[in-house]
Amino acid sequence: MFSTFLEGLQLVLQPDVLIAILAASIYGLIVGALPGLSATMATALLVPVTFYMSPIAAVAAIIAASAMAIFSGDIPGCLLRIPGTPASAAYTDEAFAMTKKGEAETALGICLWFSAIGGIIGTLSLIIMAPLLAEMAFKFSTFEYFWLAFLGLMCATLVARSSPPKAIAAMFLGLLVSAVGIENPAGTPRFTFGMTDLLGGIEPIPVLVGVFAVAEIMRGMALKDPPSIPHRRFGSILKGQWELTKTHKPQQIRGNIVGIIIGVLPGAGADMAAWVSYAMAKRFSKTPEKFGTGHPEGLIEAGASNNASLASGWVPALLFGIPGDTITAIAIGVLYMKGLNPGPTLFTEKASSMYALYIIFILSNIIMIPLGIAMIRLSSTVLRLPRYTVMSVIVLLCAVGSFATGNNLFLVLLVAIFGVVGYLMEKNGYPVAALVLGVVMGTMVEQSFVTSLIKSDGSILPFFSRPVSAVLAAMTFAALLWPAAVWALKKSRNRLQPASP
Amino acid sequence: MTDLTRRGFVATAAAAATAGLVAKPAIAQSAWPNRPVTLVVPWGAGGGTDATARIVAAILEKNLGQPFNVVNRTGGSGVVGHSAIATAAPDGYTIGMITVEITMMHHQGLTDLKPSSYTPLALMNEDPPGVQVKADGQFKDIKQLAEFIKANPGKLKASGTGQGGIWHLALVGWLNAMGLKANAVPWVPSNGAAPAMQDLAADGVDIVTCSVPEGKAMIDAGKAKSLAIMAEKRNPLFPDVPTLNETLGISYSVGAWRGIAGPKGMPADIAAKLTAELQKAYDSAEFKDFMKARGFGTVWAPANDFAAFMAKGDASMAEAMKAAGLAKA
Repeated sequence: MFSTFLEGLQLVLQPDVLIAILAASIYGLIVGALPGLSATMATALLVPVTFYMSPIAAVAAIIAASAMAIFSGDIPGCLLRIPGTPASAAYTDEAFAMTKKGEAETALGICLWFSAIGGIIGTLSLIIMAPLLAEMAFKFSTFEYFWLAFLGLMCATLVARSSPPKAIAAMFLGLLVSAVGIENPAGTPRFTFGMTDLLGGIEPIPVLVGVFAVAEIMRGMALKDPPSIPHRRFGSILKGQWELTKTHKPQQIRGNIVGIIIGVLPGAGADMAAWVSYAMAKRFSKTPEKFGTGHPEGLIEAGASNNASLASGWVPALLFGIPGDTITAIAIGVLYMKGLNPGPTLFTEKASSMYALYIIFILSNIIMIPLGIAMIRLSSTVLRLPRYTVMSVIVLLCAVGSFATGNNLFLVLLVAIFGVVGYLMEKNGYPVAALVLGVVMGTMVEQSFVTSLIKSDGSILPFFSRPVSAVLAAMTFAALLWPAAVWALKKSRNRLQPASP
Repeated sequence: MTDLTRRGFVATAAAAATAGLVAKPAIAQSAWPNRPVTLVVPWGAGGGTDATARIVAAILEKNLGQPFNVVNRTGGSGVVGHSAIATAAPDGYTIGMITVEITMMHHQGLTDLKPSSYTPLALMNEDPPGVQVKADGQFKDIKQLAEFIKANPGKLKASGTGQGGIWHLALVGWLNAMGLKANAVPWVPSNGAAPAMQDLAADGVDIVTCSVPEGKAMIDAGKAKSLAIMAEKRNPLFPDVPTLNETLGISYSVGAWRGIAGPKGMPADIAAKLTAELQKAYDSAEFKDFMKARGFGTVWAPANDFAAFMAKGDASMAEAMKAAGLAKA
């Protein structure tokens, strides 16, 4: 075993592999930081380049680029309240609140430090428990996915700082958006109004870019004075992170576990991991009222979670060729092309290649720290630049980025429309994050519910009788009824003991 | 440039071109391609169609000395990209990779585009569906499965792609060929073959009719097995999987295919040259190795045969979609 490990190390320590890791890391950092260009996009654009690389270098490039992109999506979210990737959307408001308090470096430091740790722990879980975790994925059929997606939707009320009815209304609007198109269980066009462009539905990316980036720019235009962000030098980025690591152990452990579990489940990726973890941090927090005001707890948990899910998303991909998320879906294609066919044989016949992959994962997460610091320092200049120059460049990036995802002008139009929608929602106190959540989860909720009913010939019994499903159902109902129970309890107590004057 | 001189320039250029054409027709023909060519892909970057298009583009670029730029025009479930190919100027500088969906979408009333909207150039890939079941399940061979379906219509559920997708219609076509109705095996829509295979292992569905390479990883992991493929011949990569004809005596074959086509009305000489170049690409070791590595099947059909192939596929899709209740009147 040790000799195969050394062989793996030898495979990684080739100049072409190391150069590929470095170049792909820088590329991933830049693409992830641009609004509208997601980690998936960064990976997809790498594929033609990997044609010309050695197998290990090709896979190394994809691993490094995707890990960096997920982290650097936090940067514009934190500095400008414009999340770079959907995985950052859950805690964008929180990070931006810290920036407004003048703690941008701490916020970004948290994102970087806990992303790297989450990534490394996710990799360790991949090494130690891959077969075990993969077996877990086979306990999940559409019945279980339905509960999972339903739990995800319930995060809407937790994540938002506005009143629950408004959060739920925004989420329903998101569900309506996700219903557009032909990619629904019946394969029937819905809400397309005869427009070809709407047949494929509305993807989360243009919605995200519209409601966050474009709406933010519109707000900036409406304000006479830009919101005052303290103009000063950035302090140390890693200062205090060790302190936070020691004081926030439960958040990290929870974030990593949730990230690993959600990552292993095919179809639920880093986006969902971040939402669920942020909501969990708030639910279990002793000071939930501080959430949304620039509080590190949620950032730590969600930042750790989305990077942990990235690594564990490779478990079903490597063992069974089942993509854990859109990034591994692309990576599987590259693995096949390079003769590293996914399957159990990869772990036995090509064990040294497997070790090489593990080493690349850990290496990428380690170099994420110095490269990430450089990137943060570089991008922090946007806080010093005049707001109008930054904003006009961002409008341009939004247009170019959304066009690039499908070479389709319709996407640019969608971004503009959702910009207006986001602006109006924000202005009236409806949280846009809940809208994005509805769009991201809507398809999964509907698809898993309808296909489950097809399988059971219309009976809802299997939703409660399958073992894993039953546990998830119990959790869902507990989460639903808990606030009501607390409220009822308080009320009855108040009646027994009249409030003291 | 003023209007006058521009007109003058055009006239001069036209005269020069005509003179060239008359004097040396061979040069005028070999002039294509004298600038970059765009290859439109109606599906997203990173997928199988994208990968196939990119390897073809790379070989054409090497042999013809002009860049072949792959452009992913996604959206509208493939309609947007397919229509971008059909409506481009037929000058040989915009071609595209069309896929099996072009024989399906117009029956559903999603678009007016059909195979005859293009200048077919070459068919390069086809993957027939297999019939996959759980490895440790009750079905040992395809005969047993077919008997069970006949005896218990509606009992088993199948998956592999979305409602009305190619693997769904493959199932309906197979049931039809056995004299059964489409609802003998209800279809459970999924987001593609991989999630369907996972659901098979998780006891969510009983049959997955995706291509055998798509299910290979799960078959290797001992979670699933392939009982038959719906093709005329066995797949040389999976020699142990019999055809439907061998086992059930049903000559039903279908498949997901990819080919290169241009807009309707392309100049015959350019089309002929492209077909010849595509054949060279198809025969190259580079293409063969790539397709084998990905587990994609290779099939060659030049322009006319490709057109006939699409017309035949279109007719059988019409039938399957009517049986599945998906065709629009």
